[in-house]
Amino acid sequence: MTLFYGTELSSRLMLGTAQYPSPEILADAVRRAGAGVVTVSLRREAAGTRAGQAFWALIRELDVPVLPNTAGCHTVREAVTTAQMAREVFGTDWIKLEVIGESDTLQPDMFALVEAARILTEDGFKVFPYMTEDLVGAERLLRAGCEVLMPWGAPIGSGKGLNNLFGLRALRAHFPDVPMVVDAGIGVPSHAAQAMELGYDAVLINTAVAKAGNPAEMARAFAMAVEAGRMAYVADPMEERDMAVPSTPVIGQAVL
Amino acid sequence: MDMQILVNDEHHDVTAASLAALLDELGYDATARIATAVDGCFVAASRRAAHPLHDGARVEILAPMQGG
Repeated sequence: MTLFYGTELSSRLMLGTAQYPSPEILADAVRRAGAGVVTVSLRREAAGTRAGQAFWALIRELDVPVLPNTAGCHTVREAVTTAQMAREVFGTDWIKLEVIGESDTLQPDMFALVEAARILTEDGFKVFPYMTEDLVGAERLLRAGCEVLMPWGAPIGSGKGLNNLFGLRALRAHFPDVPMVVDAGIGVPSHAAQAMELGYDAVLINTAVAKAGNPAEMARAFAMAVEAGRMAYVADPMEERDMAVPSTPVIGQAVL
Repeated sequence: MDMQILVNDEHHDVTAASLAALLDELGYDATARIATAVDGCFVAASRRAAHPLHDGARVEILAPMQGG
């Protein structure tokens, strides 16, 4: 059992809600994924435009826990204010903390992230920090009060999978008891299965589902991959070897 | 007296003296699920009525939106 700030999720697949062809397809994808969490955001809305209210009604109807993000924030101040606004609007103290430091890769600014995480945890937030796979950064985030870590697999929306297997393995090994989610960069279900096989506790997917030709079908495929990957991790996979080892017994083989 | 206020980066000439009055003047439904910030600082819904506005204030009004 994995607890995210004391809460057990119904599924280890977290799903983003952006970029779907329509609200109906989004709802269908969330249901088919059996998502344990959906991520949401905040944007400007003019009076009279009810898009945000309609979106919120849809999310409420899906009845899945929400994880608001601070996407697009580049400074500590922006991220902290956005988190405070999200807490009021969505009625949760969970926050996926994003502080972006570099615009081509949307790489997290680990220094600003640690500072924002400290401010928010002291204010009672339960922070899910979007981070690189940096071990020292992870240590600082834990010291700042984070109880969950969310390393990237690859840049957001790139679909490249797990770019740094060594780094993700090392991070998992260094903090075996910290719930960790691979967030961003996952493109196909095999990437998600790989993250779960490494021992990550969950994955967060958005673009790979939303931009698939059939998002609902892809959501289901991801759900199956996450479940398979988790099951494989728990079943303790064999060690990889460089040389062949016959699987059929050699003893008793005929000499012909 | 009219004040010029920036709401979500757009200029508005308003008479509202408080943030709550501004939302009302701009036509936001009292039940709308929105969050507000003034000059980069969060202002909770419960404090909007007591939060004064000044000429040139920067107001952000945010609503739920899809996110990853």
